[in-house]
Amino acid sequence: MNYIEPHGHMVSRTTADYEQMALAGCVAISEPAFWAGFDRDSVRGFYDYFRQLTEYEPARAKKFGIQHFCWICINPKEGDAPGFAREVIEIIPDFLQKPNVLGVGEIGLNKNTKNELIILEEQIDLAVKHNQLILVHTPHLEDKRKGTRIIMDALLSRGDVDPGRVLIDHVEEHTVAEVLDKGFWAGMTLYPETKCTSQRAADIIEMYGTERLWMNSACDWGISDPLAVPKARMELKRRGHSEAVIKTLTYDNPHTFLSQSPNFTLPA
Amino acid sequence: MKYDVSCPLSYGEIVDHYFLEHRAKLIDIAAFLDRLERASDGTPAHEDFRVTALRDALALLSDGQGERAKRVLAHLSDDREALSETAAGTKGALGAAPESSK
Repeated sequence: MNYIEPHGHMVSRTTADYEQMALAGCVAISEPAFWAGFDRDSVRGFYDYFRQLTEYEPARAKKFGIQHFCWICINPKEGDAPGFAREVIEIIPDFLQKPNVLGVGEIGLNKNTKNELIILEEQIDLAVKHNQLILVHTPHLEDKRKGTRIIMDALLSRGDVDPGRVLIDHVEEHTVAEVLDKGFWAGMTLYPETKCTSQRAADIIEMYGTERLWMNSACDWGISDPLAVPKARMELKRRGHSEAVIKTLTYDNPHTFLSQSPNFTLPA
Repeated sequence: MKYDVSCPLSYGEIVDHYFLEHRAKLIDIAAFLDRLERASDGTPAHEDFRVTALRDALALLSDGQGERAKRVLAHLSDDREALSETAAGTKGALGAAPESSK
């Protein structure tokens, strides 16, 4: 069964990982712009990273029959320095015109600071101005619940953001209901230690249903697994969930959300 | 939102599938708490807030109420309303809220 990896940081992965994902049925990957594990100290560093996302990774994925899409932004960790972040934001509009770009992301908060919030709001504004989808990063661990609420307020208080065009990622048991209740899409990130395990993701699906939910591996430079989505499918199958439910979560739902961008097209 | 869909597995199947894995995780927690008592510099007068949060969270597992995962996550969340200006020097998360947040 084919699946879509809707949040994978492939710049951190080897080419062998692309091969393994293709063998497991992955037909498309969407890759949000994120923190590289260290703070970049020049706009040029971001320019080169955005080129990697829009030029190099699509070519690398194509060798394995995988279509590569991406999102452009300055991430919340580096967004904590507003002056520098604004210089990066200035170069983003040109990249939003690239054929594999789906929207602005992953924007959000990290430590729930005033500086992060300022840059989040400015990037929401950028997305609205350019009619782009939004992919949201929610904070880690103890900061998640409060940060998720602040982000949703920032999005909804404007009055011009359609929550159906926003995916709020890294939800867990204490945030998923509020996100879905407000009309947003929600992503569950499958991580071995933080965020959500395959078993807990299956629990959440059983409790909250399949509407506006997807699963992703994130598979970044940290301890993560590029095959987390197919492993979660195995967990669902093991529990007796139908092929239709599994397809809804791992292909149809990401396809539906991402198809709101005209750049997201998959062969029939 | 409510619990709309139950787990397709029977009670016995859930136990058979998952018991050993979670037995191991429980023993890992016990061993972690034991390890703290064997620390090379002894146990501090004031326990680390993360360990205190973990001990308190354990009580939620056996209070007879549901939604344990959600309540444990809420217990470990930082509820302070004020926002700091910057994250300089504090970019990482710790996994539990400082005691001042409760």
